[in-house]
Order: sequence, then structure tokens, then C-alpha cells
Amino acid sequence: MSKVIALTDIRRVFTMGDQQFEALKGVSYSISAGEFVAIMGASGSGKSTCMNILGCLDRPTSGQYLLDGLDVGAMNTNQLADIRNKKLGFVFQGFNLLARTPAVENVELPLVYAGLHSRERREKALAAMQQVGLAGKENNHPSQLSGGQQQRVAIARALVNNPAVILADEPTGNLDSSSTAEIMSLFTTLNKQGITIIMVTHEHDVAAYAGRQITFRDGNIIGDTK
Amino acid sequence: MDFLQTLKIALRALRTNKMRSFLTMLGIIIGIASVIAMMAVGSGASYVISQQIASIGSNIILVIPGSTTSGGLRTGSGGAQTLTSDDVKAIMAECPSVDLASGTVRSSGQVVYGNMNWSTVIMGGTPELFEIREWGIANGRGITQQDVDGAVKVCLLGQTVADNLFGSADPVGNIVRIKKIPFTVIGVLERKGQSPQGTDQDDTLFVPLRTAQRNLVRSQHTNNVGALIVKAKSKELLTKAEEEINSLLNQRHRITGGKEPDFSTRNLSEILAVAEQSSKAMSLLLGAVASISLIVGGIGIMNIMLVSVTERTREIGIRMAIGAKKNDILLQFMTEAVLLTMLGGLIGIALGAGGAMVVSRMLEWPTLISFQSISIAFVFSGAVGIFFGFYPARKAAGLNPIDALRYE
Repeated sequence: MSKVIALTDIRRVFTMGDQQFEALKGVSYSISAGEFVAIMGASGSGKSTCMNILGCLDRPTSGQYLLDGLDVGAMNTNQLADIRNKKLGFVFQGFNLLARTPAVENVELPLVYAGLHSRERREKALAAMQQVGLAGKENNHPSQLSGGQQQRVAIARALVNNPAVILADEPTGNLDSSSTAEIMSLFTTLNKQGITIIMVTHEHDVAAYAGRQITFRDGNIIGDTK
Repeated sequence: MDFLQTLKIALRALRTNKMRSFLTMLGIIIGIASVIAMMAVGSGASYVISQQIASIGSNIILVIPGSTTSGGLRTGSGGAQTLTSDDVKAIMAECPSVDLASGTVRSSGQVVYGNMNWSTVIMGGTPELFEIREWGIANGRGITQQDVDGAVKVCLLGQTVADNLFGSADPVGNIVRIKKIPFTVIGVLERKGQSPQGTDQDDTLFVPLRTAQRNLVRSQHTNNVGALIVKAKSKELLTKAEEEINSLLNQRHRITGGKEPDFSTRNLSEILAVAEQSSKAMSLLLGAVASISLIVGGIGIMNIMLVSVTERTREIGIRMAIGAKKNDILLQFMTEAVLLTMLGGLIGIALGAGGAMVVSRMLEWPTLISFQSISIAFVFSGAVGIFFGFYPARKAAGLNPIDALRYE
């Protein structure tokens, strides 16, 4: 299996005044295409920092990050924005949909920044909504949808650009148990279709859906189980 | 990202806060409306002034006699009778920059028709006078060279004189008495309106120059004229014509060395320049007032855009995470600001034009709304949006996506 993500000796040091804090202390691991990985750890363990780096929202202080074979560390902010747009799909804890904007337009958003024409955008967005089981809810605004449905809109938005990886940050953190099960089974289905998913969570039963669990503590990986 | 989509997003953002958008726009609306209204009223004023100046005629030089001293008493300027019809002929013949010239004599007196009478200005002139002053005949015929040569007792009435003596009847062919001498009315002049000095130019009666010289003014020589009115060939030749007249008349009147000339020339373009200058100063003042209100409006826009950036930090974070580049965010907020100011500008233009029309209706003051002032206002409102929208937009584009996403 080809490696979608390869991290080598990633360090991230935050400087606050004259104090330095090392959030990641030389992390190395790789993820192959088609994997479903859960990243676990207590808060402050470095898992969120690692997720930000994986999501190209932040850059490592040192170390190499290859995403789909591309050296992300050498890129400028515009190139990173492009990578986020084309290679990554984000699912957040708080859904992060645009309010007062119909669901289908939320799903279209990455395609807008990719520069696609409106008809093509609409086709792809409708297909993605179908894929997450939201056909018929296209014109609903986020406030008219349940939490689970909103998260599915967010998943459709993450899927719409055919990314190499879907990054989910506590995707079930704001959901009740039945919605959680619904979202996790959607992730499982998508993973079975060949989509690589990396998910941050601190709940063990949620992590259990994933085929591999990486555990962080104090900026280091302390466990990597399949 | 295509511009249409940017526009759509900006419109949606403005629609979500309708009241706020409107209040923000209000500064620009008031600013632009005042620019438009003031420019309309101002250009109406300068239109009136230029109309009045044009009513005198264009490219005109007046030659008036100087003063005389008799028995130690000096008369005022124009008191002497030093200019003659021969001077007029000489100017026409020898000054290449001069187009036309006419001698005039001026008197005043009672004009009587039937049981009506009216005191008015009586002017003696040649046919050139009407050409120089660009004054047409409304009814009947004008004064001809034959009338002048033969000192025929005919007269032309200004509109005010005709109205006062004849009412709505046609004066042509009737006999009026001027200083007890009967004159036949041959025509009525077109209405001229007010002079720049505010006198009614239509309250005048014209007779042929020689008729006036012989019958209506007392002077030593019947050849004397009161003043000369001269038209230069063009605006550019105005000063040259004035110089030519001065040197010719100096020569003819044998004025050499330190001797004071017995005449003086006056160039009407000086009046024009003064009028133009005052209307320019006026527009400058109006422009200054209007631009201050536009700056105030612009600051309002900047303020609200800054609030909007803060409010929508999370949205900016989402857009960035999803692939928006710095420029996309910059453009989006700039578009919003420019859209606000341009919409405000459009409403302001409509209000300003409406206001100007109300002013012109109520005060009977002409207002001119030029395409130029509208396009300047429109472009200016857009420029205000770009100028005051840039800082907030740059602030939005400079946000860190991680912090923006976490913003509550």
C-alpha cells in the first residue's frame, strides 16, 4: 500500500515570550492509503498540534512531512491553501458550517475555491450529499438540521473534492450516542470504499471503530496498535 | 474563485444584516447626495453667470472717454467727449484683430405713446452694435446703415419698453415721441434679461447713431460718440486688439510722453475671469464639505467592516481550512465594502438628483446634473470603499486559520 502520509522526526516548538514549549518532540509515523486511524491522547498530549500539522494549518518547526508524496514543509501559505483544498477534507467537532447558507452550498464551498463552474459544483455537491445519505436536504439551512445531519453535511463537504485524506477532529464530540453511532458507521462505510480517514478522539469506544490507534502523551507517541 | 461567487457571498453577508448595512451606507448616501446636489446647484449658478455674461456679447472691449478738466473741476471718467465716429472707422480699418466696432451715444428720457409714457435709456448705435452684442430682432426689422446715414427717425424697442408702452399690442409701425420728437417703431428686440450687474438690459430703446447725435444728445460736435464697443476676432486676440486700439487712439489723439490718455479701454473678459474664479472657489468649498462627509462615511464603513471581521472570524477560519487563499478572503471583504459604498453611492446619486430638482422647483434656480458629476460621485464612492475596506479586509486575510477556527 502506498503511503499517504509520512512524518519523519516532526518537532513543533511554541515560543511564548521567553518561554519555549515543545508540543511535539520528534514524532515519526506513516499512514497508508485506505487506513482508518484514530489519534488518541489526553489534552495537551500533542495530538491537536499533530492534527494541525497534518491538516497543513500549521507547519512543523523541524522534520519532514510528505503528503501524498509532496513535501509540505517547503510550501508557502498559498500552496498550503491549495493542498488543503485538493488533498484534504476537514470534519470538525463543532461542524463549522456556514450559517444562513443552504446545505448544498456549504458542500460546494471547497469547489468554489477550487475554481469550478457552478453547474459542475452543483453536480458534485449533490453526489456527495447522496453519498452521506442527505438527499432531499439540499436546501435546508444548518439551523434546520439535527446535529448528526449537520455533521453529515460537513462530511459531504470534506468528501466533495475527492481528497487523499479526511481529517476529523473529535467528530462526535458534540453528538449524542445515537448520532455518534450513525456518524461512525458512515465513516466505516466510507473507509470501506477506500477513503483514508484520520480521526482525533479521546473516547475509546469511538476509537474502536478505527483499524489503528495511535496514542500520544507529552509530545511523543506511546502506542500504535492495529 | 470567480467574481460572481464573491459578489454573491458579499450580497448574502449584507442581506443578513439589512439594518446595519443600511445604517452603514447612510454616511455614504448623505455624502454622495450632498456632492450631487451641491454640484448641481453650483453648476446651475455658474450657468446663470455665464448666461448673463454671454448676454453682453463675447470678446468685447469697451472704449470710454476719459475725464476733462474745466475751470479746475475734473469730470469723472466718460465725462469728456473725445471719441468720434472717425475713431470707430479708423479702428475698423486699421486694427487687424478687431472684427467689428460701433460708436454709441447714451441718453435717457421719457418715451410717450398715446396716453402711456415710460422713462428709459436711449441708445444710439449702428447696425454693428447688434451684431457685437449678439442681439436679434424679435419682431419687425433692425437698424440699417441707411437709417444711420440718413439720420432717420426710427427706433427699436427693448422688450421691457415695448411691454410698458404697448402691452400686448404690436408696436411695429406706430409712432412714439422721444423728447417730444416723433419716431417710428421699426422693431422689437429679443429678450436679453439681466446684465451681470443686475440691470435690466431690455429696458432700453435704440435709435440710429446719427439720429441720436443730431436730435437727442447735446454736444459740441455731432460727430462725437459716447463710448465705443468693439468685438475682437477671437478670445485669443482680445488682448492684442486692446493693445492695437490703445496705440491707434494714442496716435490719433496725439497722446505722447507723460500725457494722460483721454480715453480708456475695458476688457469684458476680466469680468468673466472674476466670475469664473468666484464660481471655482464656490465649487471648491462645496467639494471640501462633501469630501469631509464622505470621509466620515468611509470611517463608518471601516468601523462596521472591522466589527464584521471579528464577528465572522470563525467563518474566515472555515473558509481558510477549506482552501481559501489570503487573496480570496481579502477580495471577499473588499467586495463587501465596495458593494456597500457603491450601493450607498447609487442611492445617494438618486437622492441628490431628486434634492436638486426640488431645489430648482422651489427656488426657481436652475440646477445642472451632469453625467460627469454622477460618474465622479460613483467612482468616488467605490474608491471610498476600496480605501476604507482595505484595512479590515487585510486584517481578515491575515488571520491564522487555527486561531480563527477556535474563535468563539
